[in-house]
Amino acid sequence: MSDTQTFLDTLKTRSQQRDAEPSWIAARRQAGAARFEALGFPTRRDEEWKYTDVRSIAQGNFALADNADFSPAQAAALTLPVDAYRLTFVDGVYAPALSDVDALPESVHVLPLSKALSENHEAVGGPLGRLTGVDFSTFAALNTAFMEEGAVVRIAPGTVVDKPILLQFLSRANATPVMSHPRILVEAGGRSEATLIEHYCGDLEAANFTNVVGEFMLDRGAILNHYKLQEAPLNDMHVASMHVEQGRDTRYTSYNLNLGGALVRNDLISDLNGQGAETNFFGLFFGQGRQHVDNHTKVNHNAPLTFSNENYKGILDDRAHGVFNGKVYVKRDSQKIEGFQSNQNLLLSDRAQIDAKPELEIYADDVKCSHGTTTGQLDEEAIYALRTRGIDEATARGLLTLAFAGEVLDKVTLDAVAERVELAVAGKLPERFNLAGLVETAVALND
Amino acid sequence: MATEEMEQLVRREYKDGFVTDIESDTLPPGLDEDTIAFISKKKGEPEWMLEWRLDAYHQWLKMKEPSWAHLDYPPIDYQSISYFSAPKRPEDGPQSLDEVDPKLLETYEKLGIPLHERAALAGVAVDAVFDSVSVTTTFKKELAEAGVIFCSISEAIRDYPELIKQYLGTVVPVADNYFAALNSAVFTDGSFVFVPEGVTCPMELSTYFRINAANTGQFERTLIVCESRAQVSYLEGCTAPMRDENQLHAAVVELVALDDAYIKYSTVQNWYPGDEDGKGGIYNFVTKRGDCRGARSRISWTQVETGSAITWKYPSCVLRGKDSIGEFYSVAVTNGRQQADTGTKMIHIGEGTRSYIVAKGISAGKSDQSYRGLVKIGPRAKGARNFTQCDSLLIGDKCGAHTFPYQEIGNSTATIEHEATTSKIGEDQLFYCRSRGITEEDAVSMIVNGFCKDVFQELPMEFAVEAEALLNVTLEGAVG
Repeated sequence: MSDTQTFLDTLKTRSQQRDAEPSWIAARRQAGAARFEALGFPTRRDEEWKYTDVRSIAQGNFALADNADFSPAQAAALTLPVDAYRLTFVDGVYAPALSDVDALPESVHVLPLSKALSENHEAVGGPLGRLTGVDFSTFAALNTAFMEEGAVVRIAPGTVVDKPILLQFLSRANATPVMSHPRILVEAGGRSEATLIEHYCGDLEAANFTNVVGEFMLDRGAILNHYKLQEAPLNDMHVASMHVEQGRDTRYTSYNLNLGGALVRNDLISDLNGQGAETNFFGLFFGQGRQHVDNHTKVNHNAPLTFSNENYKGILDDRAHGVFNGKVYVKRDSQKIEGFQSNQNLLLSDRAQIDAKPELEIYADDVKCSHGTTTGQLDEEAIYALRTRGIDEATARGLLTLAFAGEVLDKVTLDAVAERVELAVAGKLPERFNLAGLVETAVALND
Repeated sequence: MATEEMEQLVRREYKDGFVTDIESDTLPPGLDEDTIAFISKKKGEPEWMLEWRLDAYHQWLKMKEPSWAHLDYPPIDYQSISYFSAPKRPEDGPQSLDEVDPKLLETYEKLGIPLHERAALAGVAVDAVFDSVSVTTTFKKELAEAGVIFCSISEAIRDYPELIKQYLGTVVPVADNYFAALNSAVFTDGSFVFVPEGVTCPMELSTYFRINAANTGQFERTLIVCESRAQVSYLEGCTAPMRDENQLHAAVVELVALDDAYIKYSTVQNWYPGDEDGKGGIYNFVTKRGDCRGARSRISWTQVETGSAITWKYPSCVLRGKDSIGEFYSVAVTNGRQQADTGTKMIHIGEGTRSYIVAKGISAGKSDQSYRGLVKIGPRAKGARNFTQCDSLLIGDKCGAHTFPYQEIGNSTATIEHEATTSKIGEDQLFYCRSRGITEEDAVSMIVNGFCKDVFQELPMEFAVEAEALLNVTLEGAVG
């Protein structure tokens, strides 16, 4: 296919420019390229891509960024107001000037992939690609062929990381759109506890392609809170392939918050391999214009006594198209499982569209599994109830929409993230509903 | 729970397994244009019907067998199947019950379907299908007085060509899917029902299907048309004798409901599921679709699926007419090594269309069961409404239960709800019954029947009783 050829050509050029690499990396790259070529870009005939057309990526011609120049003032405006250990990447290139990991305790390593490789490439080679390998998907294979930069996080056993670890991915408005293939590798030691934030944002006019691959390994008793705040520019394309591996008594919580991007696809898989492991997937997606947001999640209950809880909420306006595909898999003999899944969608416009497919695949009998999906519009009676209390219709609709999103945002324990999303959702509502203004009014009234 | 007792009861023999020895006018295995011409000629069909069949055959040749279902079975050799089998004397078929081959009647007796009695007592007209040719049709006269046409599809092709031309293949097109195309090419019999404008069919119509001669695929074709304000309730029930080789069954059922019409289609399917290793059961690949063409029309599917080694079946409703209603009530029970991939499709096209889905799955033994459903709301289906409930009950730790519901929603005024649960019979529920002196077996039966109640109450009375009995037999001892 010629679509893949463009990418393979770019890869070839890049390989010639690159310095000599450890042999295992070259081998993986080759395997990735071969797998990518063999698979080709998925079409809507592939069950996993039934509702998502990736031609805008496949037919694109993306360059690779060679510097990380970004105005510090703009970066400061974009960044999350969170006190955190910070790594910043600009179009996939590490930006030391915008990063701050100096104060890290010794038991925690947060370093760019390039540095991790140059320091001790063998320590990276073992875990890298073990979960999200080249067989994961075309995009994971493509990432493996191109991977150069990203973040490596290692948390020593028993360590409670005092501040969140923030990975910032900035997208620039380039003359030629660029692509980046970041890798995120997290090894959480036994009984460690950490919060990781992935934050995607950038220039409003940017139109780049981000193809991120993440691997998260939680050793016995580890706790990881994983935020993915995707506020990519509205013309950006974003594909994420995330795979989590959970040992005994671990707890992984994902907050997958999607606001930006023209074409967004998230694959999130969690393997519950040890007894007592628990997974929480919370998701919120808000689409407008012609945004396309596709969330595929899968929880694999591979061990008995494992628990999962999932709640994804979608709000779609204009001609936005949302997709939710959640799967709960219970392996044979994985007894005493609890797996709950809920997906609720709110359509604000006549032309908005949602395709939902909640799946259960169960091979054990002593389980409690359920899923529920609803799609609808705002409750007219609730609007009426607010109207009788003197609230105008636009505000009533805004409040109810926020309340809808609130069920997921309530779970967010980082206030800065919750506020950011709440304000973004409020600001994007069709009525240009001004939440901040309303809060100010309410405060003024109380005074 | 007592595992020994459980195993013992799981190993029950198929109650309806026996072979009736009747000389069949059977075609040698194989499928080509000649086979189709033979079938068509045997049926005394007009030229256009043969062309229709051949068109289907040519399209079928170009199609690929679907592989997306959650099913695992060895490839089917379509050339090793015999495509025609008719009891002797097909031309001068019996005109009344007295003329029916006594051996046939005996078969029905064994199945617990005493034809005269049932027909007389229940007021049901039975168009009994033995293998592929209609043997007897009762109550024809009474129906004729009401203006209802109820006959075999072959008769209909000969006697009502205009109606057949107008409706056949309009709901399930010739090349709709692999199995529907195959059926269109080689179907041998089935029923045709036509209820004219304003008529409520005076009785419940029923066909008992029965697969007999070994190695004969059964390809039924059923077409039911209800004109404006007409109503009919149709019952379909099946059992099959014990076999060693897998028998292929690929039926097509088409329903057409015009303005304000109501069609209720109930099925009890109890084909031979194979022995405990899954050997010899029926392969059941069925395409069932109803078209709510008229405004305020309503089509209701109710099915109780307990048999077959493989079930691939998705009774669907195309809700075209304004304010039309589609309903699907299903109980599927799998035991042994049975596999079922079943569900429904509700395609909302018209304004104000509503659909209601209740699917109950019970898996026991080493069986595997999937609910696969689609709810699609088109951009013009303003105010469309769907409610879906699918629950699975797992009995034993070697079975599987899966749900794959698809929702494609393209209209913001639509309200869609889907709920699914999977669980086993609660220990506390069992304990509650046991503490009141109810045996474990009875308690399980009560709980399972309660689980299926929402569906059973949709069945016509006599069917509901049969279904409950069937469920108990199928699950006998699967829980103990």
